[in-house]
Amino acid sequence: MNKQEFTITVYTENQIGLLNRIAIIFSRRKINIESMNSSPSEIDGIHRFTIVMNETEEVVRKLVRQIEKQVDVLKAYYNTGDEIVWQELALYKVPTDEIAEKVKVERLLREFGARAVVIRKDYTVFETTGHREETDKLIKVLEPYGLIEFVRSARVAIIKESNGFHEKLKEFEELNPSVEVVANEYLNKQEEVFDM
Amino acid sequence: MQDTLKQPQKDALLTKTESISGSEAVMRAFVEEGVETIFGYPGGAIMPIYDALYDYQQNLEHILVRHEQGAIHAAQGYARTSGRTGVVFATSGPGATNLVTGLADALIDSTPLVCITGQVFAHLLGTDAFQETDIINITTPCTKWNYQVTDANEIPAVLAKAFFIANSGRPGPVLIDITKNAQVQKFDYSGYEKCNFIRSYRPKPIVRKEYIEQAAQLINEAKKPFVIFGQGVILGKAEKEFKAFIEKAGIPTAWTIMGLSALPSNHPLNVGMLGMHGNYAPNVLTNDCDVLIAVGMRFDDRVTGRLDKYARQAKVIHLDIDPAEIDKNVKTTVPVWGDCKETLPLLTELVQFRNHAAWIQRFKELEQEEIDACIYKELNPTGDELTMGEVIKVLNELTNGEAVLVTDVGQHQMVTCRYAKFIQSKSNITSGGLGTMGFALPAAIGAKFGAPDRTVVAIIGDGGFQMTIQELGTIMQTGINVKLLILNNSFLGMVRQWQELFHSKRYSFVDITSPDFVLVAKGYRIEGQRVADRAGLRDALKAMLEHDGSYLLEVMVGKENNVFPMVEAGTSVSEIRLK
Ligand SMILES: Cc1ncc(C[n+]2csc(CCOP(=O)(O)OP(=O)(O)O)c2C)c(N)n1
Repeated sequence: MNKQEFTITVYTENQIGLLNRIAIIFSRRKINIESMNSSPSEIDGIHRFTIVMNETEEVVRKLVRQIEKQVDVLKAYYNTGDEIVWQELALYKVPTDEIAEKVKVERLLREFGARAVVIRKDYTVFETTGHREETDKLIKVLEPYGLIEFVRSARVAIIKESNGFHEKLKEFEELNPSVEVVANEYLNKQEEVFDM
Repeated sequence: MQDTLKQPQKDALLTKTESISGSEAVMRAFVEEGVETIFGYPGGAIMPIYDALYDYQQNLEHILVRHEQGAIHAAQGYARTSGRTGVVFATSGPGATNLVTGLADALIDSTPLVCITGQVFAHLLGTDAFQETDIINITTPCTKWNYQVTDANEIPAVLAKAFFIANSGRPGPVLIDITKNAQVQKFDYSGYEKCNFIRSYRPKPIVRKEYIEQAAQLINEAKKPFVIFGQGVILGKAEKEFKAFIEKAGIPTAWTIMGLSALPSNHPLNVGMLGMHGNYAPNVLTNDCDVLIAVGMRFDDRVTGRLDKYARQAKVIHLDIDPAEIDKNVKTTVPVWGDCKETLPLLTELVQFRNHAAWIQRFKELEQEEIDACIYKELNPTGDELTMGEVIKVLNELTNGEAVLVTDVGQHQMVTCRYAKFIQSKSNITSGGLGTMGFALPAAIGAKFGAPDRTVVAIIGDGGFQMTIQELGTIMQTGINVKLLILNNSFLGMVRQWQELFHSKRYSFVDITSPDFVLVAKGYRIEGQRVADRAGLRDALKAMLEHDGSYLLEVMVGKENNVFPMVEAGTSVSEIRLK
């Protein structure tokens, strides 16, 4: 199996220390986290982690099970890039006199959908959101104009097929154990079971 | 603090609240949870809790150990013989860090523990205060759950949650760190409510009938089915259900080191132990069976040997309570998620009565090869030196397999697990997953508290005994009756064996000298003797078992004996060597 980019979405209780509990599941296995975002979710009091990494699907599936095993984790999903809508935000700081002089820059920025968030005499901060390649490209474009600082946020992602977490939470809040079980994909492919 | 952890707000008119301290709340929680025994060691940051304990000595027996590692291993031994949650007290800083080995051991061997550590005042957190350590972050990778309490109001609900998590689903250790201000703080206590539900935590995955049906079909069609099982059978209290299953299906059955004693040793379907120093037949035939049924075990690398040559020909059915274990190491054909206490009877109902006589005969034949190549001479040696195996053989004869055997780590552990005979579950206490030397002496003390009516024999190497030798003090002070059997080969035997086999006998720092163990024991007012010859062995073991109270017996065994068979690291289970 080949490595590819996966995005893991984790719904959790809002508990101190949980970030560490999740992070060490990766570091223990020497797996690099490309980006990790922690934020509120659509449900009050429930946290949502978005974690990006490059791994084989088999490894990612195991990671997700280890994450779900944590007491304060409600549910974890993993998705490939085409199953999610995702964005990253980037900020660029450039000397104001450089760009003020060069009208071309303005046009370029418009092309990239960037906008100025701060304009001062000494520097200007631009912001753009998009996929990695887009935000990366703008670095290249701004470098000749004396890019002073660059920063990019972790990925945030929405799962295309998801109906949100409200229904799932109701299920979890019932006393009965959830009926949800990840179907075992090997069941119907017994002859392939042993290609480890 | 999330809402689910708060005490339910009761109608103030109906419920009397009273003002008590956080420490008092800890005591009441223990009483409500039925705790009887605590293993611990006091210190500055946990003094308010010890002060509250002073008034609870009638309800809660506190065992003062000699080192916090001793406390937690004792709590593990207690949990393993009693099936209940072991409870530990330790102070902040060094007291708390001394628990780490035991936490890691309990996590990997799924042992239910609740450890309470004191912590510095909340306002000092992060200031490098005296005896402050970040024990929550230190123990995160080796606890099932941990939590820091900084406000006494949280204590009843947090402890309820701790006990629920520790001993439900796949059990494990929980650590609760309580800052000193929370221990002394008075708060309005409105009673204790046990926890049996946490919305983010599902202890047992729901049983899916279709998987049971598919598993039953595979088993019914199998010509050479093979059952392997681990501690899950014991933790699930499913010994009866398990026996009924294998007996109806007529399947030969092997145990992992953690599964030992869940089935009588002499059960006709019991074909022995799996793994690196397990028996020949179950290892070899793992790679010959057509359906492998794994019950409550986790395919540890010491069991599987080389994974890409492990049971490749077989369809695998895996029964486990922990969904993360399914497909973790060995890919499963049919996953049977759930508590085996529930899944086994469902499976038993659907499997047909079978008698795989010819297949079982194969195990017998290979067993005979193993007897001829290693077992016979280990148990009936002709040389002058005593073997570890013959000591265990005589011990079996004298205890009739009724004793709880607690082993440390090394050759003596493997030999004991290979040759001990059991007739009753929860009789084998050992550090299986972590292989913690120093485990046995404190674990034996705890095992005896957990099963006071049973004979407890700790079998320990000369190296491991010196790792937690200080717990002789705990034996002395409590007057507990445990039998200490040291198998002294004057070496760190297991490491020496590897150096002999794989490092061309370059014995690098495995030659260990020992004190006069009998004399040391005497210093702790524990009777004992040393025996070095065959003629005196039986009487010495008898004297140990019959002595009224703890007893230390040091048996001098051959210095350079090896444990065989052996699945060398990196080889396949079917390449197991007999010598
Ligand atoms: C705490 C710890 N340190 C080191 C080891 C590595 N180790 C495994 S077995 C062994 C030798 C044990 O020697 P001894 O206690 O004399 O028992 P024997 O093997 O001779 O029966 C060692 C050092 C370990 N398992 N645990």
